[in-house]
Formats: sequence, C-alpha cells, structure tokens
Amino acid sequence: MDLNRVTSLRAARARDDLRLAPGETVLAGGSWLFSEPQEISGLVDLTTMGWEPWTVHDRGLSVAATCTIAELMDVPAVWTASPLFRQCAEALLMSFKIWGTATVGGNLCLALPAGAMISLATALDAVVVIWRPDGTERRELVAELVLGVRHTTLQSGEVVRSLEIPIGSLRARTAFRRFSLAPLGRSSAIVIGRLDDDGRLTLTVTAATPRPYVFRFGSPPTDDELQNLFASVHGWYDDAHGAPDWRKAVTLELAYDVCEELRAS
Amino acid sequence: MISVNGTPHDAEPRPGQCLRTYLREQGAVEVKKGCDAGDCGACSVLVDGTATHSCIYPAARAVGRDVTTVAGLGSPDRLHPVQQQFVDAAGFQCGFCTAGMIVTASTLRDVTADELPRVMKGNLCRCTGYRSIRDAIAGTVNTSRPAAGEAYGTSVAAPAAVGVVTGVERFALDEPTTGLRTPLLHVAVLGSPHAHARITAIDTTRAQALAGVELVLTHEDVPDVLFSTGRHENRLDDPDDTRILDPVVRFRGQRVAIVVAETVALAEEACRLLDVAYELLPAVFDPHEARRAGAPLVHGDKEPLTSRISDPGRNVVAQLHAEIGDVDAALEHAHARTSGTWQTARVTHASLETHGARAWLADDGSLVVRTSSQVPFLVRTELARILDLPVERVRVVVGRVGGGFGGKQELIVEDVVGLAALRTGRPVQYELTREDQFTIVPCRHPMTVSVDLGADADGTLTAMRVDVVTDTGAYGNHGPGVMFHGCHESVAVYRCANKRVDAEAVYTNNLPSGAFRGYGLGQVIFAIESAMDELARELGLDPIELRRRNVIVPGDPMIVAAVEETDLTYGSYGLDQCLDLVDDALASGRGEPAPDGWLVGSGSALAMIATIPPRGHHSNVRVSVDPTGTYTVDVGTAEFGNGTTTVHVQLVAQELGTTPDRVRVRQSDTATSGYDTGAYGSTGSVVAGRAVQVAAERLRAELLTLAARRLGVATGACTLGPDGVAGPGTSLAFDELVVESLSAEGSHDGTPRSIAFNVHGFRVAVDPATGEVRILSSVQAADAGVVINPEQLRGQIEGGVGQGIGSALYEEMVLRDGEVLTRTFRDYRVPQMADLPVTEVLFADTVDELGPRGAKSMSEAPYNPVAPALANAIRDATGVRPHELPMSRDRLWRLLNT
Repeated sequence: MDLNRVTSLRAARARDDLRLAPGETVLAGGSWLFSEPQEISGLVDLTTMGWEPWTVHDRGLSVAATCTIAELMDVPAVWTASPLFRQCAEALLMSFKIWGTATVGGNLCLALPAGAMISLATALDAVVVIWRPDGTERRELVAELVLGVRHTTLQSGEVVRSLEIPIGSLRARTAFRRFSLAPLGRSSAIVIGRLDDDGRLTLTVTAATPRPYVFRFGSPPTDDELQNLFASVHGWYDDAHGAPDWRKAVTLELAYDVCEELRAS
Repeated sequence: MISVNGTPHDAEPRPGQCLRTYLREQGAVEVKKGCDAGDCGACSVLVDGTATHSCIYPAARAVGRDVTTVAGLGSPDRLHPVQQQFVDAAGFQCGFCTAGMIVTASTLRDVTADELPRVMKGNLCRCTGYRSIRDAIAGTVNTSRPAAGEAYGTSVAAPAAVGVVTGVERFALDEPTTGLRTPLLHVAVLGSPHAHARITAIDTTRAQALAGVELVLTHEDVPDVLFSTGRHENRLDDPDDTRILDPVVRFRGQRVAIVVAETVALAEEACRLLDVAYELLPAVFDPHEARRAGAPLVHGDKEPLTSRISDPGRNVVAQLHAEIGDVDAALEHAHARTSGTWQTARVTHASLETHGARAWLADDGSLVVRTSSQVPFLVRTELARILDLPVERVRVVVGRVGGGFGGKQELIVEDVVGLAALRTGRPVQYELTREDQFTIVPCRHPMTVSVDLGADADGTLTAMRVDVVTDTGAYGNHGPGVMFHGCHESVAVYRCANKRVDAEAVYTNNLPSGAFRGYGLGQVIFAIESAMDELARELGLDPIELRRRNVIVPGDPMIVAAVEETDLTYGSYGLDQCLDLVDDALASGRGEPAPDGWLVGSGSALAMIATIPPRGHHSNVRVSVDPTGTYTVDVGTAEFGNGTTTVHVQLVAQELGTTPDRVRVRQSDTATSGYDTGAYGSTGSVVAGRAVQVAAERLRAELLTLAARRLGVATGACTLGPDGVAGPGTSLAFDELVVESLSAEGSHDGTPRSIAFNVHGFRVAVDPATGEVRILSSVQAADAGVVINPEQLRGQIEGGVGQGIGSALYEEMVLRDGEVLTRTFRDYRVPQMADLPVTEVLFADTVDELGPRGAKSMSEAPYNPVAPALANAIRDATGVRPHELPMSRDRLWRLLNT
C-alpha cells in the first residue's frame, strides 16, 4: 500500500548514507513495510548499497541483510544442512512471488515469531553483524537478537549488515518440522534439530514462542526429557494463529519427531 | 521511466508509493487491489519477467524496469495461452482475482498438480473453491459452444470471460478519471477509537486549513436522517437506526468525521488534524449480557415504532417467540432426547474487491454514483431519501462486481460520496481498505443456538425447540431479516408436531453484522443438523435414515412454529434424491486413504432454502433485437460472479434460436434498465431470469408474427433462427424485419416461490495429537431443478462449499472489547488452494414448476450444510461433539485432550 506519510526516499550508496534523520527508517525489500500503515516520514533504501547477496568462505556462509529469499535459494546446496534453507523459506506464509522482494535481514529485524529466517539462523547458531551509527560494528547470536514479538536488541540507527552462518553448523545434520492452523498457513510452531559431528544436539523452537528458544543436549533427548524441558517454557505465544496450550502440545509432538529423525540418522 | 506493457511512463513515483497505485494512476487498472498488503495476489504483475505483488513493491524501484500486467500478456483478440485456458476452463467467477492468477500462472513451468497449491498460495480466490482454477492451469476445457437455439443446459462460458482474463472488464473504480470535468477528489474518514461514546466537540479548524482539503463534514453538517445500511425491497424490513454521521458512536471505527481532499494522503493528514472530544459511555460486547437488566443500551434513545426496533430498552432489535403443539410435554414423553448449544464465529465476506464508489454531478445536475453493489436500485431509492432528492435525480451505475456474498446488499460508501459530490460539485471517490473491510464493514452474524429434540422409538421427531441469540452488533442492518430467515427453512424442513422457536437479534457495541451467504440459515442449520446427528445416535439409527423419516415431503405444510399463509410451495422436490446420492457416495468409500493412526469418520447434513426471498422481489427486463440479429438484454440485476449474465444469455439464445455470442447483456444501471430489486437471495436466475424468459418469449412471438404477415403465411409455418425467420420456401433476414430495433418487455414479481435442497457428506480423518482434520472425501448433492449450465452450477456449489469449509475449519474474526484484532488476510485464514479438497458435485433430477425452464436458484444454498456435515463427520471420527465454529486445530485438539 502507499505509505502516504512518507515524503522522502534516499538511495543509500555508502555507509554514511545510513545515518537516519528523524522519521526515517531503513527500507530493505519493503514487503512488510509496504504491507501496513506506517508512521514514518522517510525511507532510506538499503538495496542500493550493492552488497553481494551471499559469499561462501572457509568459515561458512555470509548472507547480506539485503539478500532476498529467492537469492538465498541460489546458494549451492553443498552442505548437509542445505535442505534447511528451502524448508525454512517454504515455512514462510508468503509465496515465491514475495521471495523475490523480501530480504533475510528484513525478516530478522521484523522479529515476528513466525519469521522463518529467524528459525533458520537460530537453528544454525548464526551471528548477525550490526553496523552501529558510530562507525563500529557489533555481533550477536540471532537467538539473542530477538527479544520478543517485534522486539530486538537493535538500537536506534543500528543497521543489520549480514548474517554469518558457521561452517560447523552447515556441516551438521538437521531435522525440520512445522505446524500451523492451515496446511500452508502462517507457522504456529517450528522445531529444528541440529546434530553436530560430535553428537551434540541443538533444538530450537520458534513460531510457538514470542522469541526463539534454544536447547542444547549432549545427545538426542528422550521424550521424557523433552516433556520436562518444555514444562519450563513459559509464555507460549497467543495470537490468531493458535492458542498457547495447543502450541505447546504441538511443539512437543514436533520435537519428538525431530529427535527421532536425528536419532535414526 | 517505467515501462508498462512496452509503453514508457515518465511520471515520477512518489517516495512512499507502491507500484500498484502507480500502475493504476497510469491507466493500468487491470491491476487490482484485493488486500494492498501482499497477501492475496490480485495485484500480481511481472517486473522484468518475475512475478511480483505490486502492492508491496516500492514504485521507485521499478524505474528502469519493464512491468507487464495481465493486459500486456494478451489482448481480447490475441489471448495469451493461459488467458485462453482460464476462458476454456471457466476458471473464475467474479473475476477480481483473475488478473493476478493469470499473471502468476503464466510464470509456472513444469509444476505438478501436487505442487500447485504451494506455488499458488499467494493467490486467493473467494468464489471458486479453486477446482476450476486448477483446471485452467492444467489446460482442462470445461466450457462448450452450443449451436443456435441449444444454449440451455450447456456449459456456455461467461460472456465477460475474454474481458475478465485480459483485464478489460471494468469493476467499480476502473473507469478512467480523464473524462471527468474536474479532478477527482478523495475521501478519508476518521473512525472512532471508542466502542461507545458521545462526541462532545469536534474542532475542524486545523483540518480545514490544510491546503488541498475541500470539505470537512461532522455530524453537525449532514442530514439528520435515520436509515439502515441494509437494503431490502421493503425498506421497513430494517430498523432506521443509522445516520451518515452520528453524535454518538457505537462501535470502534464508526465514522466520526469525513474529509474530502485532492488526494487520499491529504485527506488522511487532515483526519489527523481533527480535534475530537468524547464522553465515554459504558459498552457491552456480549449479546447475552446485553439482554440483561441494567446493561448499557446501544439504541436506548430510539423510538421503537418509528425506528422499528422491537425493544430498545433491552437491546433487542427483533424477536420471535412462537410454539405449535406442546413442546415441553412432547420432550417429557419422548423415547429419545438430545440437546445442546452451538456457537458460530464472526466471519468476513472477503470479497476480493473492497467497497468503493465514485459520485459526480451529471450535466443536468443530477447525481450519478458508480459503486460496487448487489442492489443498485435499492441504493438509489435510499440515497434519494437520505439526500432529499427526487429518485429520478439519482442514477446508480454498477459495473462488474468483485464478489458480494451478501456484503454488498448494503449502503456503505454511497452516502458519503453522494453527499460530498453534492456539497463540492466535484467528482468524489471513497475506496475502502482491506482493514476497513475487517473493522467497519458488516460481517456474518455470530449466533448462539440451543436445540432440544425429542423422538419416539421408531425415530419420528416429536419435539423441536430452538433458541437463537444473534449478535447484530451496533446497528441493526439485516438483523431482523437474518434472524427470521435463519429460523425458517432450517426448522420448516422437518415434520414435527411440537415445535417452539425463541429468537432474538441483539445490539452490542461490536461492529455491525449483516447479510452473509445463507442469510442466517447456515448458523441455525449448524445447530439443528448437529442435534439431529446426535439424536440418530441416541436412537441407534443411521443419521441419513433419521432424516428420511422426518423431512417434509410434497403435501406437508411448511411450519416453523405456526401454520401461516405463504406463497412458498413445492415447485419441485429433490431432497429424497439428494439424501440418496450422498448416502451412496459416502458408502462407496471413494476418496483419499486416511493416514495411519488417525481417527476416521463420516457425516452429513441437509439444508432447505426458499428459491426467492419473501415479500416481493421484482425485475423488469427488456430484450431487443437489431437489424444484424444481435440481441440486447437490459436488466437491472448485478453480476458479481453469480453467473446471472450467462444464464440470461442462455435463456435468450435458447428462446430466440440464436447463439450466445449474438446476445449481449446491459445490466445494473438504473438509467438503462427497468426496476430490479437486486442480486440477493439467489434471484438472478429465478426472478430476473424469469423476466428475461417472458421478454424473450414475447419478442419471439413478435418476430414470428411480423415475418408471417410479411410472407402471408401462418405464424406456425415460420421458424426463428440466428439469421432471421424462415418461412415455407423463403426466409427474411433481420434487416428485412427490424428497423433500428424491436423489443419486448417482461417482468417477474418473485412470487410464488419454490424450495431447493442441498445435502453434504464428508469422510474425514482427525489427528488427535494436533487436532488436524483431513477431508478424505467431500460430496454435495444439489436439487437445483433443471440445470441451466452444468459447469457454472458446479462452480457455484464448489465455491459455496469452499466458503463453508473456511467458516467450519479456518476463519474467525477475533475481537477484544469490540476491537477487531484480525485486520489482514494473513491473520484471517481465507482458504487457499491447499485448504480445499475437490468436492464431488451431484445433481438431483427435478423440474421446477416455477423457475425459468424448470430451474431453481443455487448460489447461497451450497454453503449451508457444510459446517454441520463436517462437524458430524468429526463427531463420528472422534466420539466428541464439536459445538463451536471454527473447528480449528487448536479448538479440536483441546476438545480431544481435556
């Protein structure tokens, strides 16, 4: 929709252009920004920074904040964890047509429980690189970046530059399960398991909770262990996409399946 | 520079503009707005060849790129293959989603049928149920081209098909603005932040001072006329409880002030500059609480007689309390009894086209309103009353309507543009947003329905008690009608000596409820058919068998809770056949296999509906022929995907011995056609269609008489064909019979009325661990009389079933203290392609005495039995009875696990 209060649009070409004037906000794909009425008065287009969408290197994969979901799907599927990329992209309510517009960085910053790029990044212990307005940068696990629904640690003027996915995670075996109120609806619960080479298992819960939950195990947990663990989670998410008690029960079912799949592998 | 379909456009996009509005401003009005939020796909275009939702794509980013819309893919004389496929498959109904569907489908390569739902999840269709869209993408041909005089009973394509698939067909706001004498002005409305408040002061100074603002209206500036947004043939059917602007606001979002300005942005900015002071009033959101003593009164200030509100002192807008026989005694002596209370949800119509209207003054100073409405003539009459104009000084024009489902049997935006055009003397447009459609436009009435049933040992129904409470919201539009109709055919379909109905339609401070497909029947049928299923279990009888023993058959009076004089008759009867068809289909075991470990069951439900609304429904039609042998039908009813236009073409082509391509229909314009009550109650075929039939018969007789006299032979010796009239040994072409035009008129008054039936059956699997329901087979049998157009009728039924499955499993408007929390499609689950199974559609073999050529109406009805059939199947599978809609996975899981 038209953002009728917006009176300026600047194309950012250099880091200095990212200093925001009052009322300005950073525009990435725009698929969310243009989907709701906004109170902002100015846009600064990040996509004109010319960042490489993604780079493969020895330490893993760097994904620019402006990398679209479609571009992310072009990353060569050379790792054991590669199938997880498409599984997470398909978990988005949005169709392939929005993949060409929506960005990985935008999905992280929006911090919606059903933000499947958050699920992907959290499951792979990815770190987000943040440009600070003073010219420095900081790094943070995505699991710690997201504090709650539409709430992150990002401070005014901070801009997400990239997502760094470590090679160890990419080489791990993963299992993915999601559930929603309709077959392809907005995710109500996503559970991803990651079995590292050393046998350690990382289980992440997203969509069912206001923020990502990460559980780490020395080896795949039993059903009893999962039940006890989930009993300690408070604040299952409550919105139009599922009641909290149901989300908890479904998440547990998904977690059983994920652990069983990884035990079998 | 942005290239649109190969033409460069130099206009510079505004900084916050999306590509959708840019394209429409450049004249590419084939790009539609369904949601404006990236959810529905109606605005899909290709940007450098990539399918994109233009509503969330910054227009500035398209500079230097090539944009292709559906009109760039192909044109009416050179269709793109996918456009041709949508025509051939009849892959649309209203056609509002079609441009986006086709653009998206045009990019697909080697997508299997199994993958299609995932690929198409970004395109919503509210009309079809998606089967015909799947067919279109697969290249299946469902339509045919009948020979002259053989159109009736064949699957003729909709006359607008080529226009729809190429984006040429114009919906309400698609007319160019370039022809207007002065630039178009735009409306923004300030909505109330409170559920119930009195406006104590409005200071418009700052808003008025904004450059570009032409008019600010508050309750002090508008006619103090009470009316109802709900429109019926008889205006007394709805309570007069609404003003254009009211000093008291009764729901969140209700109009507080109207701003008219040069742009939408300016009008919105001016709204933010309005200073309003409110005195908060106590509010009530629960219809049961609203009836209790001491509850806040929503319309306590109204006079019951003049406003036609049954009991404003108790928030009751309408009520019915009636009994035949002795229900208490019958229940006491019953061999088997069952009772329960059922609750339906608040549902939005989700027509892909939002409400929107444009008004201007004609050269003679009269008011013209172009709007998206099911009822142009009823809007005209009431608009004239509200604005104090003679009816003949108001013209209402309706183009193709992008979905209705009852939601456009209202006067929602026309009063605003009409008044603003009169005050400013300039053309004015008011276009609702999707959020408006959720928050301020009437929704389906939520109902609480309690049912007690009693039967004797052989399964004869002996007692039926129904108690209905409807939440009509802050205004009573359609409140009485929905309540009375809801309790009518649902109860009358059963033969039972002792019946009692208590029903009340109740005001609350929620958004208004209105007319929705089925008009109240679906909610009450959900309860009664669920209770009948339970009763069958109590009796140890098959549920379909129980119904066979108790449904009315020809000769039985149709009784709700009193013997009444009625024009409702058995024009035909196919309920027995429908029950058998569904029984056989379910027994056959057809359908998908159930996943391991899931619970499996089947269930069914029936629905009866009168073929025409009661108390008058009129249509006056003219059919003309010109010297080329082209026929023109002038008819007042509207086309919103119901397929009425196709039916009218078929009737004329059949009667006048011609082919459908030689018949054109001019419709829904109060200036060009005779009076028509409008497109509601599924009347397009059985009222307007009857009028068309009469006019066509008269024109045929006229043509034959003219020819016979010219040839000097008896009329019986002449035959009318596509090229003229053939007599013994010689023939006359149309230009030898007709100078300029020859026409005949026909009319119908909607009485007497017949009844139609629908029976639905489901076999389902339920996963108790998650509450997921999988539909293994879905079958609906319909008694529609003689089938006018098999493909189109199948489409209407599939669409109704799809909407029914949406209401039964997925859709729910969530409110908290009157505030609508579900304000976007992404928070409200309109079924996607993935959500709907293919439904087997079967027809009873009947011929109606009253309908045109034996046909009956069949648009609303298919929706009604779906929710209870699904609930009964779930009950059969799980052993637990659902009482609340939607039977969403979380609700069902809780039902099975607590």
